[in-house]
Amino acid sequence: MKIEMTVNGEATAADVEPRLLLAHYLRDVIGLKATNIGCDTTSCGACTVLLDGESVKSCTLLAVQADAQSVVTMEGLSPDPGSLHPVAAAFRAEHGLQCGFCTPGMVMAAVGLLRENPTPTEREVREGLEGNLCRCTGYHNIVRAVLLASGQDPDAARPGATGDGLVAPGFSVGSA
Amino acid sequence: MIPVGFAYERPDAVEGALELLAEHGEDATVLAGGHSLLPVMKLRLGTPELIIDIGRLSELSYVRVEGDEVAIGAGTRHHAVETSDVVAAEVPLLAAVARTVGDPQVRHRGTLGGSLAHADPASDLPAAVLALGGTVVLRSLRGDRCVPITAFYTGVFSSVREPDELVVEVRVPRTGGAGWAYEKFTRRANDWAIVGVAVVDGRVGLVNMGSTPLRASATEAALAEGASIVDAAMLADRDTDPPADVAGTKEYRRHLARVFARRALTTAIVA
Amino acid sequence: MTRHHARDTLRAMSIMGTRVVRTEDPVFLSRGATYTDDLTDERLTGALHLTFVRSPLAHATITAVDVEGARNAPGVVDVVTGADIDLVAPKLFAGAADGMERPWLATDKVRFVGEPVAAVLTEDSYQGQDAADLVEIDYDPLPAVVDLRAAASDEVLLFESAGTNTSNGFGLGKQFDEHLFDGCDVVVTREIVNQRLAAASLETRAAAAVWGEDGRVTVWCSTQNAQAARDAIAGWLGIDVALVHVITPDVGGGFGAKIGADPEFALVAWLARRTGRPVRWSETRSENMTGMVHGRAQLQTVTIGGNREGDVLAYRLDVLADAGAYPRLGSFLPYFTRMMAPGVYDIPKVESRARVVVTTTTSTGAYRGAGRPEATAAIERAMDLFAAEIGLDPAEVRRRNVIDPGAFPFRTKGGAVYDTGEYAQALDKVLDASGYAALRAEQAARRERGDVVQLGIGVSVFVEITGGGAFAEDASVQVHPDGTVTVLTGTSPHGQGHATAWAMLAHSHLGIPIEKITVRHGDTDLIPRGGGTMGSRSLQTGGVAVYQAAGELVEVAKRRAADLLEADVDDLVVADGAVTVVGTTTGVTLAELAGRAELKVDSVFDSGAPSFPFGAHVAVVEVDVESGKAVVDRIVTVDDAGPILNPLLAEGQRHGGIAQGISQALLEEVVYDADGNPLTATFADYGFPSAAELPSFTLVDMATPTHLNPLGAKGIGEAGTIGATPAVQSAVIDAVSHLGVRHIDMPATPLRVWEAINAARGSGGARVDTAGSAQ
Repeated sequence: MKIEMTVNGEATAADVEPRLLLAHYLRDVIGLKATNIGCDTTSCGACTVLLDGESVKSCTLLAVQADAQSVVTMEGLSPDPGSLHPVAAAFRAEHGLQCGFCTPGMVMAAVGLLRENPTPTEREVREGLEGNLCRCTGYHNIVRAVLLASGQDPDAARPGATGDGLVAPGFSVGSA
Repeated sequence: MIPVGFAYERPDAVEGALELLAEHGEDATVLAGGHSLLPVMKLRLGTPELIIDIGRLSELSYVRVEGDEVAIGAGTRHHAVETSDVVAAEVPLLAAVARTVGDPQVRHRGTLGGSLAHADPASDLPAAVLALGGTVVLRSLRGDRCVPITAFYTGVFSSVREPDELVVEVRVPRTGGAGWAYEKFTRRANDWAIVGVAVVDGRVGLVNMGSTPLRASATEAALAEGASIVDAAMLADRDTDPPADVAGTKEYRRHLARVFARRALTTAIVA
Repeated sequence: MTRHHARDTLRAMSIMGTRVVRTEDPVFLSRGATYTDDLTDERLTGALHLTFVRSPLAHATITAVDVEGARNAPGVVDVVTGADIDLVAPKLFAGAADGMERPWLATDKVRFVGEPVAAVLTEDSYQGQDAADLVEIDYDPLPAVVDLRAAASDEVLLFESAGTNTSNGFGLGKQFDEHLFDGCDVVVTREIVNQRLAAASLETRAAAAVWGEDGRVTVWCSTQNAQAARDAIAGWLGIDVALVHVITPDVGGGFGAKIGADPEFALVAWLARRTGRPVRWSETRSENMTGMVHGRAQLQTVTIGGNREGDVLAYRLDVLADAGAYPRLGSFLPYFTRMMAPGVYDIPKVESRARVVVTTTTSTGAYRGAGRPEATAAIERAMDLFAAEIGLDPAEVRRRNVIDPGAFPFRTKGGAVYDTGEYAQALDKVLDASGYAALRAEQAARRERGDVVQLGIGVSVFVEITGGGAFAEDASVQVHPDGTVTVLTGTSPHGQGHATAWAMLAHSHLGIPIEKITVRHGDTDLIPRGGGTMGSRSLQTGGVAVYQAAGELVEVAKRRAADLLEADVDDLVVADGAVTVVGTTTGVTLAELAGRAELKVDSVFDSGAPSFPFGAHVAVVEVDVESGKAVVDRIVTVDDAGPILNPLLAEGQRHGGIAQGISQALLEEVVYDADGNPLTATFADYGFPSAAELPSFTLVDMATPTHLNPLGAKGIGEAGTIGATPAVQSAVIDAVSHLGVRHIDMPATPLRVWEAINAARGSGGARVDTAGSAQ
């Protein structure tokens, strides 16, 4: 099937199998290798990109579903290594990456998070990134990086991150 | 892993989808958000021959007040339900539950109709709609039919939806100032609920306590007869058949249903 | 130790210990790192894709293999079974019993779910999946062997020719001393589980290979040690090491599971030779969860004895360890468990032994800590059991028994020689930083009120062995005529930041900005000898080698400059990339010197012995006693690895280890059912935590240098898993100890905690009145 897609501001087009995953369209058809695939069950988020401005897991989208839409990957966020996007720059400043494999997805998920919640609390950052797994950093510096990127001071006193007295995660919510 | 190959159609209106469903029936599978379907296909546990992509049909994406109900298009994304002012004002339980589904990326794609149609008893929204006493609107070339949610589910991953029917709308009562609560017990935030309890207006919906989402009828009846929350909640696992797996034994799930029914009712009824 | 002027020394030390952001990051955060599956090297043009067909059964004989359907599938170039492979099947662990060789592709029998049985080569990767599904294999099931005791009984053998399921053992020759606990007022014994874990690096395993006209094979692979991978691949292929060129692309995490090479890497190379085309392989996560080596997996019996004042007099550790189906590095690790058995404690009598048995499961290998977390978890659990038995505070019992700070170097009953240690000081620091007394008061208050959410406090004091096994490392430092620097290292970073850290070390001598210093690793043609990165060895061996080489280069430069400038060597100082005569502007840049003659130093540093970093952790956990759910509220850690080169990087290593430690205690476990089917083989099922499951961490600094290297540095990479795991496990048990609970195995899932509470209540423990609980 013939599809078109704007990727990082550039028009792309190809004739693809319907089953081609968006992640593979980006990596193998367009040649943008930053977006990584880390799992089979939509769990790890390493493949996260922005689709029409919203964070999505590109391994759980068919390329044909993104026909005529607009995708931004980590490469698109920071085309020039010498001039990183503010979120990417914050990851560097806070050492929010080690092996780097989860990083493209983590950065894009963070961008998506901050678009919807510009000044999140630590708890909101942690829950906002629940779809992105990292094995190296323990998330401590990733959380700092996102807080820094949001214009907040990562060193400012923060309440206990796991729920302020509630036993979380899991959700407990109601009208009371 | 990647899916087995399939044919793909993307009709540009609901009518086109219905024609394809009428023609192909069980050989076709509907793709809306794809976050229940594609994971199954990628593991090759499901191998549909034809995919009908309705994910772009804006006519299925809406939130409207209609009398004493809120009508939500089946193609409305979880994120839209979560952030809708109308849902927050009129059916706050639904907004809160939508917020617990998966993670932000999943919620940008998954749809309310898709979640209900997938019929997973471990999913959050079916139990919430059950507690709300909602209705599923099914459409085919033969016409529309409205099925109360209490009659919609028939078993694990199965409902009364015929192969030529499409879920087009979900209707839920406006709950006004009625107290509500959702307790979702998981090990990790992104997990399916080990057990979940949704409460609104004296009705209790259970997640992952049987082959379909269930109402804790014995608890509801006891409350209606004036029993205390504590006593009524002790009946929450009556007539359930919870699964046993790595996360929990049957006995443990029964216990959790009772505990979280009590907590949810306490939150909802105090309000 | 090289001679420096005082001024040199000051300048040299100025970058050391500073928080330098990584030079790797601009690329990693823009176009991204280049992992094996990302490679677009032209030598891989036209590469075939390799897809394995894997056994769905844990234990079965193979009665028929039919590849014809697959052969005819679209895009298929070749389908290979075990019968086609003319290589000798190797024992992957030399110390394993004979007869336990691992076939390249299973021919007669499969011994674990996921074992490769056939290999399909296709033009593209999507075709590979389709073709693999068409391979038909008939299996005759055999009984699975999952339980370790059942395996040790030899009732069902995995390898008929071995005649036993015991792969190897340590200390098995000697009987336990039945009088070991004579004189102890109190003796406590308990069986505990150190559960099987998946390393779960975000990048799965991957390799690519192509043969050149010169008869050499180039292999790219995701490894923690290119040189060992080269040697292994050459050995398996039966060819000269000189014919194998291994290149390490960026690696997306290893954690010990990517040490050396997997046999699949050699198969990729073999298939490339067979087909005459390049071959690429990149496994899916599902394959990875059963194909990559697992970690831990020990059944331990601890026995501890002492007097009522709190002195521990004797300790016994009996280990039954799981090799998985084919013994690998994991079968050696109980050696370290035994060595580190007594931990930080001066216990007069210690004995241990370990038996390693095969089971119809994935092979075990190293996973962050590799044998030492197992030792620490055991002794710390034993100390808590002892403390509970005599009614003393667990921190106090530890303080009473730690090795005296004046006693170092200290030869332990486990056979290790600890270099330096200040265990009581670490304990004091962590108790102070965590507000221990206030925590105990809060705990008491909650118990008094009968709160639904109880507080648990766990303390661990630990020591671990780093650099163990490979104390020497190579480095080369070269200044180029354009003023840039190339450092070659035998280490193999996969997230640790060596490009930045080693540049800092070179800079400390040369004064050339780190942006101009490139660090290369992992290419065996460029760096023929190297020990890789594992066991927290890199800084104390490879980093020191770089530091040493740069220092030697400065001396070489000074001597050459002395000739050139007709000055006295003692009047010369090196700073900012130049050699100048003190007090003048007369000098020559290192770049200029390099323009005249090659300015390069190769150096080897051999510390000769492992170092022993240590620390103490306090974990504060909240447990909902109705649901059993435990969450870490706070974790305070003291980790002492000597002077820190780059605190930013060191903290990152501590964070990652702490997260994995918490996760072992609360969330992760590889589970097999009785038929050997893996129940946790995807990230949806396996308890890999997200940011939502973890708190931020409190790190307290302490730096006790070692005498083993000029930087005084020990290893930091694995401390978190060693210290945090027992602290968190202990905290969960502590939270419900007033209800009569004495032990909960890891992971302390909500189900396990709830069952422990019920069992304690059933045997007379305090009631938890669910109905009346305040809400």
